[in-house]
Amino acid sequence: MIELYILLGVMLAAALVASETKNLLAAAVALGLVGFSVAIMFILAQAPDLAIVQIVVETLTVVFFTAVILRTTEIDTTATSGLKMETAMFIAAFLAFGGLFLSLIIGVFRELPTFGQPLMRLATDYIQFGLERTGAANIVAAIILDFRGYDTLGEATVLFTAVVGVLTVMRFVTKKKPGGS
Amino acid sequence: MIPYIACVLLFLIGLYVVVSKRNLIKIVIGFCLIEYAVNLFFALVGFKKGALPPIITGADQVRLGVARNFVDPIPQALVLTAIVIGLSTTALMLSLALRLYEKHKTFDVSEFRKLKG
Amino acid sequence: MRGMSLIVQVMAGLLAGMVFLYGGYIILHGHLTPGGGFAGGVLVAAALILLSLAYGSVEQVEKRRYIFSSVFESLGGVFFLALALVGYFAADCFFRNTGVFYLGKPLQLVSGGLIPLANIAIGVKVGAGLFAVFLALGASRFVMKE
Repeated sequence: MIELYILLGVMLAAALVASETKNLLAAAVALGLVGFSVAIMFILAQAPDLAIVQIVVETLTVVFFTAVILRTTEIDTTATSGLKMETAMFIAAFLAFGGLFLSLIIGVFRELPTFGQPLMRLATDYIQFGLERTGAANIVAAIILDFRGYDTLGEATVLFTAVVGVLTVMRFVTKKKPGGS
Repeated sequence: MIPYIACVLLFLIGLYVVVSKRNLIKIVIGFCLIEYAVNLFFALVGFKKGALPPIITGADQVRLGVARNFVDPIPQALVLTAIVIGLSTTALMLSLALRLYEKHKTFDVSEFRKLKG
Repeated sequence: MRGMSLIVQVMAGLLAGMVFLYGGYIILHGHLTPGGGFAGGVLVAAALILLSLAYGSVEQVEKRRYIFSSVFESLGGVFFLALALVGYFAADCFFRNTGVFYLGKPLQLVSGGLIPLANIAIGVKVGAGLFAVFLALGASRFVMKE
């Protein structure tokens, strides 16, 4: 499992670069590196479905970021003008939210099973009878489209809402005719 | 336990970027980092050492009763939906950022507080 | 959006066909190999984005393309809902698979009942929707004045 730890280190280093650099295009590329490390970690965790979806979605995310950045501005101009009072308030807010989150996570970590030995109480039923009840050889596809089809319906609704939202915010507006009031 | 701690660290880096940066594109990058951390954590919970991916391949695995040593498929089914929802959320946030730039000619969030008539 | 040089246009024409075919393969074999509707749909959108970036166009053509794309996306969503409702009207519950659709022998292309049809509906929906989003983000004109 040494590859998993090396990839975790690469992912954290790329996340630090994406958050601190002043060039916005470099931040988008570093975000792409984080996404691809996550995809390779999905392959190491024996999840090829997730790896395929993560790679293509990550490529489209970087393309969207680049399309927006190249139309507007490439340099982050807010990083140099730092106000002392606001920076202190932001650090205090981060410590408050981060501390709350960590105190809840410590309680969760005590009850998680060890890494590599999941409980699989419901999954044994799906694995054993998945093929004969649905006829599909890919058990993940059988779960998302037959056993838990409502989740896919909700996801299709969310995707539709987001696409309608983007097309409404960025409307294609035609030129007004000259002579109007 | 170490992979879980690394996912929590990635979440905290994303949270720091959302809370304390003033550039709008950096804030959207922070949201993306938070989503990647949560998806990775969920997928790593279902990992089983020395097991196969949950796909039935050969004819000998089709027979019922043959023991199948598979990774837990339920977290994978939930994360598959979450990845595509993350992409649609990012696209919506980017469109709002583009409209705000068009109106104010900057990505700085402290400029947006000045209400003009 | 400006187009690119002739070499890029020729290569994009050849590559977009292959990427489109590969995306269709991943959608259709979603019940046998990893992938499914979401990955294949995003690949189809990527092929269309590649063509749109290489050739470029004026804004009127983009507007017609994005209206056409959003019609396809709505059709994909309606087809997915219709598949779910077939189970409701023919048998007793929503999304029913075993009694209503043809299950077939395992590991064949025509098997799985509802699952390949739902994969096709989701692939069309995701692909057309993401292509329309890219046109809106990358090619629309700034309309607000000072």
